[in-house]
Amino acid sequence: MIESELSRCLAAFMPGATGVRGAAKLSGGASQETWRFDIVHPDGDVGAILRRSPKGYGAAPGRAAGLDNEAALMRLAHAAGVPSPEVLHLLAPADDLGTGFIMRRVEGETIARKILRDAEFAEARPRLARQLGGIAAGIHGIARAELPELREMNATREIAELAREYHSFDWPRPVFDLALRWLSQNDPGPSAEVTLVHGDFRNGNLIIGPDGVRAVLDWELAHLGDPMEDLGWICVNSWRFGEIDKPVGGFGSREELFAGYEAAGRKVDPGRVKFWEVMGTLRWGVMCCGMMQRFREGPDHSMERAMIGRRASETEIDLLRLLAPRGEG
Amino acid sequence: MQDEPTPTELVQAVADFLRNDIAPMISGHQAFKLRVGINALDLVVRQLTQAAPADAAEHARLKDLLGQNGELLDLNRMLAEQIASGAVDLATPGLKEHLWRTTLDKLAVDQPNYASYKREAGRGTNGP
Repeated sequence: MIESELSRCLAAFMPGATGVRGAAKLSGGASQETWRFDIVHPDGDVGAILRRSPKGYGAAPGRAAGLDNEAALMRLAHAAGVPSPEVLHLLAPADDLGTGFIMRRVEGETIARKILRDAEFAEARPRLARQLGGIAAGIHGIARAELPELREMNATREIAELAREYHSFDWPRPVFDLALRWLSQNDPGPSAEVTLVHGDFRNGNLIIGPDGVRAVLDWELAHLGDPMEDLGWICVNSWRFGEIDKPVGGFGSREELFAGYEAAGRKVDPGRVKFWEVMGTLRWGVMCCGMMQRFREGPDHSMERAMIGRRASETEIDLLRLLAPRGEG
Repeated sequence: MQDEPTPTELVQAVADFLRNDIAPMISGHQAFKLRVGINALDLVVRQLTQAAPADAAEHARLKDLLGQNGELLDLNRMLAEQIASGAVDLATPGLKEHLWRTTLDKLAVDQPNYASYKREAGRGTNGP
């Protein structure tokens, strides 16, 4: 039982803790799991989260940065003032829990639609676009020398990867070809500055409270690259959840995002941001097609995956709105 | 010849039963999954009723654009290749209109509640 395994490792990072209760799995595929639990302590219980690969699943697949890197990045982000859960413990072999880490649980909402609609976030919402600009600047300002080893991406390589993946599906989507062509012709070349890029910085990967952003989550896709990539990704229409006139996660305007970023002492290149928004829209479209592929071929034969395949056309209309608009707005 | 009721009527009846009679009895993750399932059945009904005329119109446009005849899938492959090579682009007469019409017809089946679709469908069919 996971509670007894967790209890055994408490002494390493929380002296005085007497046990663990309320463990529940929040999400999990075959190779990665997230659990919530409470650490029982005489000074008051501490809410915690375990992220781990169970024993036998060591290696991070494909693009993933790996759990050790995620933990290292969250510690660096926390130290840099980026709202981030405090990492309490890195799993060691003696813990017998697999690989991963334990972090302090941050209370708040992650479900994008609730954040965009519920009254308790009404006061925070108009401030979020600007706040997210400042947070992105904090992430991009972390010194290269402190970072763990991460894959390095640039626009040209990303275009080639998306093209290869799209062609592997062997299903023609003329709008995707239009987007790939546009990306190749508008490739801004290597970024003058290469920084830490969060890689999945968007509404849905943030813990929000009535006071604003409380934590940035999901560092799984972190890499080195063009910092403008994060600003473009958060503007992708798929993360506006219906609030299509508020490009930044459905919260606010690009101008607010950029103002927050520049107020933190960093420079925005709006042309590159637009390029990465187009790239991000295509990327999500290709990911939707990939879900359908895994539904058909893989072990995950779920209706959810199948239906996500039928969302690729959402990115086609968004690509047309970006590249061949018919009118304003 | 297969008898009535039609596939559309059968799937629609099952979707309505799940929505009206079963969904109110279920909660949590299973309710979420049921909603996804009902959405899938609704999509199938839309495809059964809307895809044939849309496909026929798309096919006619592709024949015009490409000056060739063939299966819908093959003509789409051909168009994709021509866009990729730059042989046609948004300045090519009819291409922009074709991509928009085809995409709107896909969304009408896939995700008619998607906000971008509602905005663009609201512009009417008078072209760009």
